[in-house]
Amino acid sequence: MSVHFDVVVVGAGPGGMAAATVAAEAGCRVCLLDDNAAPGGQIWRGFKAETARKYPHGGSFIRWAARIQRSGCIAAQGWQVVDQPAPGLLRLDQVDGCGNERGEGRREIGFEKLIVATGARERFLPFPGWTLPGVMGAGGLQALVKAGLDPRGKRVVLAGSGPLLLAVGAGLAGAGANVLGICEQAPITRLAGFALSLLAHPGKLVEGARYRLKALRAAYRSGCWVVQAEGRGCVERVTLTDGHTQWSIDCDWLGCGFHLVPNLELPRLLGCRIVDGSVAVDRLQQSSVPGVSCVGELTGIGGLEKALVEGQIAGWAAAGPEPEALRLAPQRQRLQQFAARLDRAFALRPELRALASAETMVCRCEDVQFSALEGCANWRQAKLHTRCGMGACQGRVCGAAAEFLFGWKNVSARPPVFPAAVSTLASPEDASELLDR
Amino acid sequence: MSESCSITVNGKQVRVSSGASVAAAVIMANEPCRFSESGEPRGPLCGMGICMECCATVNGVPHRRTCQMICATGMEVVTG
Repeated sequence: MSVHFDVVVVGAGPGGMAAATVAAEAGCRVCLLDDNAAPGGQIWRGFKAETARKYPHGGSFIRWAARIQRSGCIAAQGWQVVDQPAPGLLRLDQVDGCGNERGEGRREIGFEKLIVATGARERFLPFPGWTLPGVMGAGGLQALVKAGLDPRGKRVVLAGSGPLLLAVGAGLAGAGANVLGICEQAPITRLAGFALSLLAHPGKLVEGARYRLKALRAAYRSGCWVVQAEGRGCVERVTLTDGHTQWSIDCDWLGCGFHLVPNLELPRLLGCRIVDGSVAVDRLQQSSVPGVSCVGELTGIGGLEKALVEGQIAGWAAAGPEPEALRLAPQRQRLQQFAARLDRAFALRPELRALASAETMVCRCEDVQFSALEGCANWRQAKLHTRCGMGACQGRVCGAAAEFLFGWKNVSARPPVFPAAVSTLASPEDASELLDR
Repeated sequence: MSESCSITVNGKQVRVSSGASVAAAVIMANEPCRFSESGEPRGPLCGMGICMECCATVNGVPHRRTCQMICATGMEVVTG
């Protein structure tokens, strides 16, 4: 037996919160599932209604958190979707240690309409030393600091690509870290073009300027990238280059991420059509699978406002009133254009394909070195011959790297889409306890 | 300032702010979360439940994603 909802939303970041709120306000029975301990996704991670106002984007969090609480939506934190055993049915696993070998924490949940808002992760690229403890994603480091990691006095270098670097630099500096450098791989010419294009988005420009001012003391430098990290047991020094000269900086942490890639595992499992690395959706956010919508980063990396607008459109569309959903169409179009500009401005330079040495691990789960992959023809062959992408992260890290390094496409997704206990995959219990909250 | 709580990581006491993730506590204890297939020490990478590098044994349950777990006083984390 399973519990049934009119609308199930997967992912409680801004897009999922907006979708769930709007659908519940329109009278639907809505369940919002999320694998973290608290709602907010990445950009609103660790925010609390009482204190959020002092953070960038805190105001919008406070408004949506208040609205969702009044909406009657049932929010279930700490659950992740691992499979769709039958159309209209999701199999869940509890994340925080309760789902274990004894089979507690396994559930099934049914839906009429499904809205997927699983967000994005950072793209990681392998370079010598990137597996050392202390080398983290830039967003990863920010997420850990939001989750209580104390950065005071730590010497931090940020490298990679994307507007996130600046936001992370400002956040870390504000929290007391000693940010020694922010190295953006994109060349100044492309960044300048991007900045000009922001004139169409005055809100974004102000946001960018605010980050810039805060991080002023840190050296923001475009057209340079990480070459290697070194240290005994953990990172102690990072080497950077601008393509002509190399220099090294002693540091405690390196935050390195190359912009973002959408978390496509669930849409892929559901059979949603994916075009150029994003889920293809219509003007109501409907995917190629009837009853399944996708919003936010899944349809193109575009940030907070795009996720909120798309989430509302999908929420209204799931509840029925099409004219309401289409009211936001002009805003949606503008934000999608912004997403396309982001993509172009932060496109990866070809030099990054040459960072890994023969011994550099590409697959961190199975310890597959770059040299083992060079002879493979495609992703499938790499998996079969080397176990690349076959470990616990299921290719979430090395898959995006291999796509950039070798041009391999990963087109399949198999259940379970997250590691799950065998007992979760056996006969599940109903989800009635989700309703007790 | 917010309240704090104390957990042990490989027997070391670590004090973190209330609501902190277990992964944050492991980093502050200067311990790797796990050792890879070939024996490399590894720590958290993504901080958001994607990469599985932060998996450790928490209160006797192996393979816990520590970046998605909140510290509770008395929690015992064993890495490696």
